[in-house]
Amino acid sequence: MELKFVLESLLFSAQKPLNARELKDILSEAAEHAEGDEAVKAFKKVREELVTAVLEELAREHETAARSYRLVCVAGAWQFVSQPEFAPWLKALVGVKARPSRLSQPALETLAIIAYRQPITRAEIEQVRGVAVDGVMQTLLERSLVEQTGRAEVVGRPMTYGTTPLFLEYFGLRALEDLPAADELRRIPVTKPETLATADPGLATTPPEQLSLQNPETKTEKVETAPGQ
Amino acid sequence: MNQRGKTVEMAEYKVKFEVFEGPLDLLLYLIKKEEVDIYDVNLTDLAAQFIEYIDVMRMLDLEVAGEFLVMASTLMYIKSRELLPLEQQVQVEGEEDGEDPRWELIRQLVEYKKFKDAATQLQALEARQENVFPRLPGKPELAMETPRMKPEVSLFDLLNAVSAILKRVNQRDDSKDVFEDKWTVSEKIEQIMKALAERGRLIFSELFAGATSRTEVVVTFLALLELIRLRQLGITQAEAFGEIEISRAAEAGTAPAEGATQPAGTEN
Repeated sequence: MELKFVLESLLFSAQKPLNARELKDILSEAAEHAEGDEAVKAFKKVREELVTAVLEELAREHETAARSYRLVCVAGAWQFVSQPEFAPWLKALVGVKARPSRLSQPALETLAIIAYRQPITRAEIEQVRGVAVDGVMQTLLERSLVEQTGRAEVVGRPMTYGTTPLFLEYFGLRALEDLPAADELRRIPVTKPETLATADPGLATTPPEQLSLQNPETKTEKVETAPGQ
Repeated sequence: MNQRGKTVEMAEYKVKFEVFEGPLDLLLYLIKKEEVDIYDVNLTDLAAQFIEYIDVMRMLDLEVAGEFLVMASTLMYIKSRELLPLEQQVQVEGEEDGEDPRWELIRQLVEYKKFKDAATQLQALEARQENVFPRLPGKPELAMETPRMKPEVSLFDLLNAVSAILKRVNQRDDSKDVFEDKWTVSEKIEQIMKALAERGRLIFSELFAGATSRTEVVVTFLALLELIRLRQLGITQAEAFGEIEISRAAEAGTAPAEGATQPAGTEN
């Protein structure tokens, strides 16, 4: 028996999403009860990393097969979900999903800043957004998308905030590393370029490497012709 | 309800700030309108446009938030600084050597723009997630129903159970069996089937809970045996000498339950 299909059958029948550890535990429990069944005993000591690797392979296979459903990992737990394009029929079947109202633009912006820069203080969020975030923070806290994570070791020891597992579930993310362009937005500080064109009224400054925006819609490609380069 | 409350709140918000979340939002809008790179933008022009906008907001009697005024003053400062030749520009006290207010503003704009883009992507994920349905497997009861039950309920188990009940009935009445023919087997069969239709399953002792006489217990028991013989019932017992459960054959129609009815049926 292939481990891949054993795991597939477990996730197919599971009452809730299962993480790699739970799946591993099920495998070893089954092995303990297997009387002489070598195929079952074989998975007694499967490592979590292997479970994850096998599930990733299985997910890729499902993706390639282009079925109406796929295998996903949300907040560390694996489950089968339908592809979004089948929603019209599924809504007719199960009714509209009970889901809170959509987040407002300010809430999404604030949430994005927290998600990429956590742990972060309220003042730091306001620094990025340029406006007060009290009301928005209240909403995000009430919806349990963010939570207090501790206190910053600066004057006044202000609260720091971070995202919750519910945040990952709400957006269908596996982990924080799965955030779009996570590497670019997370921890790299925006540093001042060496040569800032000072007397140029057009202010054609030379951007540092990490400042080039990738999003084509923004029309902000790196300035190649900046003076002093 | 909640939804409605939110939209009202949002509407008020938008009247307050027009469509702009804050000064950075307005600046990004103006830069986009000019179709230039953030790094290429002429801050002097931008300052003029920004202040024009604030004037319009004032004219329309919209409340202009303090953040907009702070930004306007920053822009005016940058603009005034631009007018001086480089060597005459003052270094602001406390600022790092060479700190340029223009760079500071642009850095802030670039950073804000990135998070705005990230927010747009989150919004797309949010919308997508609304259309994703998880696989919901059957209800837990289905899995629980049969496997734990010990299937072999023999006639002896039933006799054992009924004799216990007869003993109890004996103790409580020792006299008047006035209505000898109050119950017939077929009436009891109907009663049992009706109770099962209503409640799905019965505990063996419940069948006799209302019995007032030995005769009634015996009649009920005969009705039970008859139903078992006709394979209308499934009899299960969770553990040896435990409570015997009675359910309809259609529901307990698994192989072990069928087998359990066999000995009782044949011996009857």
